Amino acid sequence: MNDSEKNIRNEFIQTLVQRFGKERTALLPVLQEIQKKFFYIDEHSQQEVARLLNIHPVEVNSVISFYAFLYDKPRGRNTVRVCKNIICNYHGSLEIAKALSTELGIGFNETTKDGKVTLEYANCFGMCDKSPSILVNDQIHERVNKESVLNLIRDLK
Amino acid sequence: MNTLNKIKRTGPVLFSEYEKGSAVKKVLEMEREDILFEIKDSGLKGRGGAGFPVSTKWMITAAANADKKFIVCNADEGEPGTFKDRVLLLEYPELVFEGMIIAGYTIGAKEGIVYLRAEYSYMLEFLENFLEEMRKQNLLGKNICGKGFDFDIFIRLGSGAYVCGEETALIESLEGHRGEPRNRPPFPVNTGYLGFPTAVNNVETLASVPNIINKGGEWYHKHGTDKSTGSKLFSVSGDCKYPGVYELPWGTTLNEIINITGAEDTKAIQVGGASGICLPATEFGRKLSYEDISTGGSIMIFNKSRNMLEVLKNFMEFFVEESCGQCTPCRIGNVKLLEGVEMIEKNEYTIEYIEKLKELGRTMQVASKCGLGQSSPNPFISILENFKDEIFNNKPVLN
Repeated sequence: MNDSEKNIRNEFIQTLVQRFGKERTALLPVLQEIQKKFFYIDEHSQQEVARLLNIHPVEVNSVISFYAFLYDKPRGRNTVRVCKNIICNYHGSLEIAKALSTELGIGFNETTKDGKVTLEYANCFGMCDKSPSILVNDQIHERVNKESVLNLIRDLK
Repeated sequence: MNTLNKIKRTGPVLFSEYEKGSAVKKVLEMEREDILFEIKDSGLKGRGGAGFPVSTKWMITAAANADKKFIVCNADEGEPGTFKDRVLLLEYPELVFEGMIIAGYTIGAKEGIVYLRAEYSYMLEFLENFLEEMRKQNLLGKNICGKGFDFDIFIRLGSGAYVCGEETALIESLEGHRGEPRNRPPFPVNTGYLGFPTAVNNVETLASVPNIINKGGEWYHKHGTDKSTGSKLFSVSGDCKYPGVYELPWGTTLNEIINITGAEDTKAIQVGGASGICLPATEFGRKLSYEDISTGGSIMIFNKSRNMLEVLKNFMEFFVEESCGQCTPCRIGNVKLLEGVEMIEKNEYTIEYIEKLKELGRTMQVASKCGLGQSSPNPFISILENFKDEIFNNKPVLN
């Protein structure tokens, strides 16, 4: 990471700390916002958050590693999550998973070469009455089928 | 938001006529003791699944001596097969938020926090706008309705951890830590968020409160059974014609659920989500209630074409992933149980070893630190017991 990229992150983290405060309770909201903007929380950002919140960097990394929706490795600009609960499975989520994988040319927990999409499974989204469902970034899509998910990912930037 | 949530059946309890703000206005004229007695008379118990009496939780929090207190709404609805809180938050946010204001006034809290699961972040904007509207109507903020009570509600997002639905893990998460459950005692009612007394209530529990205030505890007590008063929201999914959210009185049988939801050829019903129990047709006469089959409301229906071992494997994979790893029975136990399922799948098991795994499951039920580990062996034990013919018959057993 070059200096200008580091500066962009430093400035952003500074505004987050102004917004959420320097208490430990601010840690998750700050990490969530970094994640949203830069798609993962790089080592430099972890150090900067630790410094401003006066927490050991290992603590910051430990928190990131605990939560399924926080990442410390580079990811795609978009995340597509397929629900893997049994109810969605029985309503066709496995076929949808396969179609997505084929279309994107990647397996699950992988990112496309152009950095557009990371594909993942996730546990129950609470949409079992409208299954199968997928999450594209933070938007839920219910009762999807092979055609509709392919249209969805073609629209991603 | 592209999701429509039409509730399949709205009962007379949770969804009776409600004028926005009416219960808050009424409650601010009442003595705190009278509110607690009203809730006590209603017999309302926690709707997340544990069934702890709400009046007791609030009484202890109200009696605690502290500079600050908190009311936390547990909207970390992560139990597989549960979606009632999603529907409540999207369609009846006034009931949930007003329930929080009433709880705050009763226990002496000035701040309410909604812990919303990351998967529901698509609701955030809608809920924030709703809260803003309530502030404009002076139902939130300083001097609510001119009665001298200050209270506000803030929403905090989770980050994808099932265990954070456990109240002490939820508090850890709010404080900016890994969502690992704490030892109890001390309980959150005494030592909760930031060490202050905190009442953590489920979305549905809080949504039940405004109507109890308006119509009285006695009215509420008339619904349901003697030990399970009022109604319950059931999230019904799986092999049925009409999946969705149903408000039904406590005491409803599984057979009635089957009829109402248009399920056919039903072989098994998983009650209470992945951490619940799986019942065969011979048990469909049993009642959904705290005294019989207690549940947070997840009902997953499986018809005769489904493979119960496959269902069990799905649940055990879930627990292996979601165990926080803090205590050994849960961290190791779930892995062992999943391995057992895979051994059965490959026909590489002995009955003796499976029996030992059930024993391990019973140990996990008593030795795990929190509700996740204590309940994660439930599907393993109940599916292998109740569907042993299907799972073990016609398969060669290695000795």
